[in-house]
Amino acid sequence: MTARLKTLILSLSVALAAALSGQPAGAADKTLTIYTYESFTSEWGPGPKVKEAFEKSCACTVNYVSAADGVALLSRLKLEGAATKADIVLGLDTNLIAEAKATGFFAPHGIDSSAVKVPGDFKDDVFVPYDYGHFAVVYDSDTLKTPPKSLKELVEGDPAQKIAIEDPRTSTPGLGLLLWVKSVYGDKAPEAWAKLKNRVLTVTPGWSEAYGLFTKGEVPMVLSYVTSPAYHIDQEKTERYKAADFEEGHYIQVEVAGMVKSAHDPDLAKSFLSFMVSPAFQDIIPTTNWMMPAAATSKALPDAFGKLITPKKTFLMSPEEVAKNRKAWIDEWLGAMSMN
Amino acid sequence: MARRHEHELNMLTRGEYRRALTGGTLGLAGILLFAGLGTGALFRAGLSGETTPLFDAYMWRVLRFTLLQASLSAILSVGLAMIFARALARQPEFPGRGWILRLMGVPLGLPVIVGALGLVTVWGRNGWANAALSEFGLKEPVSIYGLTGILLAHVFFNFPLAARVLLAGLERLPPEYWLIASNLGMKPLGIFRLIEWPEMKRQIPALGGLIFMLAATSFTLVLLLGGGPAATTLEVAIYQALRFDFDPQRAVRLSLLQIAMTTVLLVLLGLLTKRHAEGATAGGASRRPDGRSWRNRTVDFLLILAGTAFVALPLASVAAAGLRADLLRLAGEAPVHRALLTSLAIAAPSGLISILLAWMISNCRQAILKARAPRPAARLYAASLPQLSSLILLVPPTVLGNGWFLLIGPARLQPAAPLLITLINSLMALPFVLSILDPALAAHRERNGRLSASLGLFGWNRLLHVDWPALRRPVLMALCFAMALSLGDLGVVALFGSDDLVTLPWLLYSRMGSYRTADAAGLALLLGLLCLALSAAGTGNIKRMNGDG
Repeated sequence: MTARLKTLILSLSVALAAALSGQPAGAADKTLTIYTYESFTSEWGPGPKVKEAFEKSCACTVNYVSAADGVALLSRLKLEGAATKADIVLGLDTNLIAEAKATGFFAPHGIDSSAVKVPGDFKDDVFVPYDYGHFAVVYDSDTLKTPPKSLKELVEGDPAQKIAIEDPRTSTPGLGLLLWVKSVYGDKAPEAWAKLKNRVLTVTPGWSEAYGLFTKGEVPMVLSYVTSPAYHIDQEKTERYKAADFEEGHYIQVEVAGMVKSAHDPDLAKSFLSFMVSPAFQDIIPTTNWMMPAAATSKALPDAFGKLITPKKTFLMSPEEVAKNRKAWIDEWLGAMSMN
Repeated sequence: MARRHEHELNMLTRGEYRRALTGGTLGLAGILLFAGLGTGALFRAGLSGETTPLFDAYMWRVLRFTLLQASLSAILSVGLAMIFARALARQPEFPGRGWILRLMGVPLGLPVIVGALGLVTVWGRNGWANAALSEFGLKEPVSIYGLTGILLAHVFFNFPLAARVLLAGLERLPPEYWLIASNLGMKPLGIFRLIEWPEMKRQIPALGGLIFMLAATSFTLVLLLGGGPAATTLEVAIYQALRFDFDPQRAVRLSLLQIAMTTVLLVLLGLLTKRHAEGATAGGASRRPDGRSWRNRTVDFLLILAGTAFVALPLASVAAAGLRADLLRLAGEAPVHRALLTSLAIAAPSGLISILLAWMISNCRQAILKARAPRPAARLYAASLPQLSSLILLVPPTVLGNGWFLLIGPARLQPAAPLLITLINSLMALPFVLSILDPALAAHRERNGRLSASLGLFGWNRLLHVDWPALRRPVLMALCFAMALSLGDLGVVALFGSDDLVTLPWLLYSRMGSYRTADAAGLALLLGLLCLALSAAGTGNIKRMNGDG
């Protein structure tokens, strides 16, 4: 067995070494290093197409470095500090902006971002939005015939109909729901949570686990995005999963990118940000990231997006307000959710 | 002659004793250094200005809950494993016994999310168990979310390993015991009290400690099945400190708290471990006349079926979900091939490193314990060696990973990442490997040590002609366990993961994260089959299993 094992290990090591060495960039090319999250760069995500489209016009090579998600992305940047190789950081959301700015790593983008149109009118001189999505309760219309029509109905509805939500301590959708409830209920948020608690089947560490429980049929509702049903309509040809349209309005997540101060070719970084708000980039977003484009696309959105609900009102707190209150609000949430 | 006499008593030459001692100590020092450097680097980073107090009402609640659920998880897993292992030991001819044992190697190798969704399919609100119950007229589904769900999951993941380790111990007992017991007409209770229990009791502190540590540091399962933030472990708090808060110092301090808390517990458990003499044996098959009465047979059969169903049903649901995926397309995808290769290329060396470290540590421990008159300090050192090296489990992979990230720096990360992942994985598997290898080595040394010494077999000769043939099976079993563990690991890879380093679990999560649940289910099936293959390789020939224990 030893001889065979040795050969196996040897060949595997060789394969690994080959896999790890990667392709060296063309020597004369400029390179643009983009730090982003993993689902952006996966083969289903926008990454590969964005790289292809931008490389056509920039005479450069785009390199991605990916972290698990937006929060991990910011942590990674903090860990790397001034030594970072990033030129562009793409994939933070509005709730992380205040902390990202506090690191002092980012430079004002200085580009014309007038093409950007996101609900809630987010504007910033450092970060440029590239897509957005409203949070929504997504439900299974096969098992849930009377979905809640408002946050109030969700909070006060039948405790036997459960929802899976994400933990605001560890996930961005979890934090989104926390801010949504805060926006609607204000000081009465703890009371709302105490009631909603009875409908919460469980609080998962991240979006994937909650959505996994939902598609497994374990729970008829999940906290996700208004755009989630578009995936199922477009890819699985089913309208079974729908987003509930809430009367009070929906909290929004705006995803942004920014330029790092130490970017080794600032002009190239800027040209990427400009490209990001152009139709060439925006066309890619809907069916790869399953979010709404933040600027005009060259063609109409796919049919699936026409079937989505349009929130009547958008909630968005300023990054500063979120940064200032996040800890206190999470403690408040913990208190309300841990009561027996 | 005097020198020869010393050999007979000590079994090792002075040189060997010294080498064993140095090897084990170096191994341990290496582990502690690796953990210390990583943790220290993260602590020094001190990137956060304000420090939140470590102990507030929230943290006390978290501590209490961590202790409660981890203790219960350990007690339940070990208790059920004892019952199951004993039933299996008494029925060496049970049909399909070999495959049951192989199946027991699978859960630990699965990414937790896969196991958890499998458990939910069986035990969830809309699961098989509730469907069966509603047939019997139950109106409201029984909910597992809360402590029940957490315990269920921890038992599912840990009981199979405990059962295998305990069973291996029972099968190592000299077959003469069963003959004598039968000749004396001993009742099952007597056999349990005088033969089985003393053997199991010896393994329980190490196993219990291991499962306690695994449960205490559990994170995804606790949140996913805990039903809400009332179920929060220290590990969640550590993760939280490193995420939105990004307070590395707090994360390190919480990790130290976690280590301190568990060390106290392990020391207490260690005090319960007594030195134990292995029985001499002429070898031969372990026949169990006590399992032959129809009554015992029925009881054992039912217990074996129940235990097997508990492990097999969730796995079956994982397989069923996987079969619905577009497996052919998946099998043809280049990213899947790459991920498979990457996973194996990390798992194989990390398993080997784990074995090597465990061998060094266990060898050192046995050398001290079998020495003529070890000093009390040396005895204590030997007794605590496995526990000390297992403490690595308590350093959260995120802390270790982030710390080493800082040490290495972004520029050198790409070449260093696979090495780091391999090392961290091998350390995380070490306690498991030790729990399999250490008792086997102890029994082997007890039985063959004197003989080899009197034959003048030392060093490589003994390793090749005495140690390897006898220890091949436990080594292989440990290696396969370690590889399976590494295959299923996501934690560390997620930290360093770049697009060049995608493992199977990472790919699985990635598909899950972009709505492709069917793909994820297909990949889960692939991972499960890999673990089963490894487990089968580690279990070896069934005929032989019943034979030369």
